[in-house]
Amino acid sequence: MLRVDRKKCVGCGECEEACAFEAICVKDNVAVVDPNVCTLCGACVDTCPEGALEISSNSGEADADLDLWRGVWVVAECRGRALAPVSLELLTQARGLADRLDTALTAVLMGYEVGSESQRLISYGADRVLLVEHPELAAFIEEVYGNILADLVRKERPEIILAGATAMGRSYIPRVATLLETGLTADCTGLDIREEDRALLQTRPAFGGNLLATIVCPRHRPQMATVRPHVMKVGVPDLGRKGEVISISPKEELLKHRSRVLESVKEQAEGPNLTEAKVIVTAGRGLEAKENLALVRELADLLGGALGATRAVVDAGWVSDRSQIGQTGVTVSPKLYIGCGVSGAIQHIVGMQGAEIIVAINRDAEAPIFNIAHYGVLGDVKEILPLLIQRIKKERG
Amino acid sequence: MNIVVCIKQVPDAQSVHFDTEKGTLVRGEAEAIINPFDLHALEAGIQMRDSYGGEVVVLTMGPPQAEDALREALGLGADRGILLSDRAFAGADTLATTYTLAKAIDRLGPVDLVLCGRQAIDGDTAQVGPGLATRLGIPCVTSVSTLEVLDDRKTMHLRRVCEEGYDLIEVEMPALLTVVASLNTPRLPSLKGKIRARKAEIPVWDAQELGAEPGRVGLVGSPTQVVSTSVPKFEARREMLEGSPEGQVEALVARLKEAGIL
Repeated sequence: MLRVDRKKCVGCGECEEACAFEAICVKDNVAVVDPNVCTLCGACVDTCPEGALEISSNSGEADADLDLWRGVWVVAECRGRALAPVSLELLTQARGLADRLDTALTAVLMGYEVGSESQRLISYGADRVLLVEHPELAAFIEEVYGNILADLVRKERPEIILAGATAMGRSYIPRVATLLETGLTADCTGLDIREEDRALLQTRPAFGGNLLATIVCPRHRPQMATVRPHVMKVGVPDLGRKGEVISISPKEELLKHRSRVLESVKEQAEGPNLTEAKVIVTAGRGLEAKENLALVRELADLLGGALGATRAVVDAGWVSDRSQIGQTGVTVSPKLYIGCGVSGAIQHIVGMQGAEIIVAINRDAEAPIFNIAHYGVLGDVKEILPLLIQRIKKERG
Repeated sequence: MNIVVCIKQVPDAQSVHFDTEKGTLVRGEAEAIINPFDLHALEAGIQMRDSYGGEVVVLTMGPPQAEDALREALGLGADRGILLSDRAFAGADTLATTYTLAKAIDRLGPVDLVLCGRQAIDGDTAQVGPGLATRLGIPCVTSVSTLEVLDDRKTMHLRRVCEEGYDLIEVEMPALLTVVASLNTPRLPSLKGKIRARKAEIPVWDAQELGAEPGRVGLVGSPTQVVSTSVPKFEARREMLEGSPEGQVEALVARLKEAGIL
């Protein structure tokens, strides 16, 4: 629980300001916590200038076996027979972590007829590849993938496991963490090592991106995290790099499952998908009519990007809901985001504020999106977009 | 069909605004709502019950005021609500949360279907659904956008949304599904429902009632710990481009070239 050291507390009220839940307030010059409301998020602890606040966990003694767990693992993700881009981002990041821990980096590659990707994993930094191939792994089934990975972890005891925070990673990695009774941090955007105890420092946005929390898993192993695609940089592959490929056939009992994939349907047109796109051009209500969507699509294509949409545009039926960015859609962090007639409702902003460069095109100077846009263009999207498209075409020759 | 719907009370994002001076998002007088995805899970549960009979039990773990979320769910048509509340539950990460929820579902007896929203809009982890299914020993399908119960009433066909499209999945029941918003349109509460909800008795189950091991709930039972938090600052790079439409476009192209995008 959250404890207030009444001797240290000066009643300054900084904690009250920091609390998003009104769980702490100053009464008679001392901070008072309402434990029924407090979520133990720790925001006040960091803010307190007197160091008067502490979250105590009364937790059990340290696990003496932590030192038995060594090595960093990356769970490679295959779409069909090809690696998902996030796997290379993870390897690059994990290579750095493994070097700081002076330990080996292992990639786990599961699927069917995916072995040809092993060398790619090695060239991006893996010291060895655990290759698990079986016809039953051709389609992704949560139970099977989860059981196999948990089984490998129990045998090999890695200290850190990273996976992509993709539809696939987010659906079965929690199963693995639960089977292993260990901690899992979702959707990390930053990873680091605390050298004194080899702890993985996992930073993730919380409360719709309003807060960045750094999380550790001090007494359990492995330390597990899913990592948001497109946040970590991809390194340069070393094509001559040597590594070991270990083929593993999964035990039959691990292949049991109660669900199966009848069919996989690709719904998307050509081009990158939304969560992995470097450029996203987003359609907002300011486009006024469905016909004008063609302009947004043309700009997206021209920039090699994906088409995004606000909820209003999805609700109007102009595009399918898989394009929806924001609180009830997807969270994106592209290099460039261009909002076309997007007003910037908070529910949308929480889904795209992580973009490196935000461009807003809107004819309403009061539109909230201009508050977070790096570059604002004040004007009618129907007029601006054709000019922009033409200008970029000219640029490209 | 015995259906359990897990819901979470979350702060409403509507009450958050942008502080242009500080360059941060500020959480104002946050009103508590049912997590939006969970409303779709509840709607699916109610529709299934109406088609196949049985009951919809709504579960939430939270502080005493989370009872409001359960009453709202009852107003929408859930049959029963149970509040899992105990000071010992506070500070639970997803592992401790799934332990507590699983204890409660075990106590309810056999279930055919457990429904959750894809993720909560405050924590955004999307981990509780799959973790809970693991503890209950039932299959899990995440991000479900359509669902159909086959004639045997023991099998379902579902669409699982993924980055590049969807998978058509066949799953045996009992199962746990996490649902996305496009699955359905949540109904509004009826007057009759509201009256019933107001009068309904909502049992509160604490750690003892659940027979939960003290070391596995709340902060103590959570492997993960928050070591620090910070408020992300938006860069004060805000620039309104000036001039005619052509001039603004020219300026924008120059900026994008500078940034190495064009």
